[in-house]
Amino acid sequence: MPRVPLAASQAVVDHGFIAVRAKLIDVAAFLDRVERHGVAGDFRCAALREAAALLVDGQPERARRILELLSDPTTEPELKSSGKAALGAWPRPASATVAPLPSL
Amino acid sequence: MRYIEPHGHMVSRTTDDYQAMVTAGCVAVCEPAFWAGFDRGSAAGFRDYYRQLTEYEPARAAKFLLPHFSWICLNPKEAEDLSLARDVLALIPEFLQRPNVLGIGEIGLNRNTRNELTVLEQHVELAVKHDQLILVHTPHLEDKLKGTQLILDLLGSHRGVKPERVIIDHVEEHTIQRVLDRGFWAGITLYPDSKSSPPRAVDMLEICGRERIWMNSACDWGVSDPLAVPKTALEMRRRGHSAEFVDAVLYANPHRFLSQCPKFRLGQSFSG
Repeated sequence: MPRVPLAASQAVVDHGFIAVRAKLIDVAAFLDRVERHGVAGDFRCAALREAAALLVDGQPERARRILELLSDPTTEPELKSSGKAALGAWPRPASATVAPLPSL
Repeated sequence: MRYIEPHGHMVSRTTDDYQAMVTAGCVAVCEPAFWAGFDRGSAAGFRDYYRQLTEYEPARAAKFLLPHFSWICLNPKEAEDLSLARDVLALIPEFLQRPNVLGIGEIGLNRNTRNELTVLEQHVELAVKHDQLILVHTPHLEDKLKGTQLILDLLGSHRGVKPERVIIDHVEEHTIQRVLDRGFWAGITLYPDSKSSPPRAVDMLEICGRERIWMNSACDWGVSDPLAVPKTALEMRRRGHSAEFVDAVLYANPHRFLSQCPKFRLGQSFSG
């Protein structure tokens, strides 16, 4: 790991906080919005709620773990393409455990 | 500051972008073949695109004194049609001889299908046969982890592939170490909404080290920023990393990888 002056470490907070604060509020507003519009049950929203829980579990490597959580965990090639674009979260089979919807 | 843009789809950009990149310190741009946003209908369409990458685009860049290099392939988004792929791959050897072509790329996977894997394998065979560098695209979003593993397994099982001559691009936090551990180079792509942001890219450097890593903007016709690489230099300096560190990552590293192709040469005024 490169040696970084201590003074620069404070800059990580000074320069990063406001931008990340805005992104966090965007996440909160998005979760509010999908509930208000009745689409919070979409598998992508469920995956987002589950991923958000990793932010505060006190464990390191949150970015890596969230990316893995949102990934297709299978290992075999697909028989055919389901379209050009990926969706951002893996649509789990119904039997798989997902984060529960919040009670309203 | 000087930097190399090792992955930019300049056919999608305006001449203003060339001017901005050169003004920011860009000393070379490398352009892999990619998907045009629609599927081409024939091999002739690919031939025209390869001519654009090897004739027209270098001339456009030269107006801004910017050396332009390219990579040739059939991209994985158009690899489902095996018949078309066969016809297109037959065109590639002719273009590998062009003076600005550095290798085969960006090959790889998109939705991790069997046909994509078949065409990837054919590209790898072609690269080994013609002793070419390889630039690999890894899939997007939820497909990246699985696709990266499939790619690593395919490349690792081919005895003719030399990992130090292969760069696996678009790595993120969950794939970068897997790539580096197998001896390949890793590319970090800086996108506004996906792949990596400048702060996350610098995080990866701080965690994984700076060896065998390059950064690129992959600027194209989608949401992207042709100045993402120099903006990442600012993030490095804000965190206290030295000018030497910035130069090593943004100039020396891509220069080292790309110089494995004897056609990658920069003029004295650029290379310093």
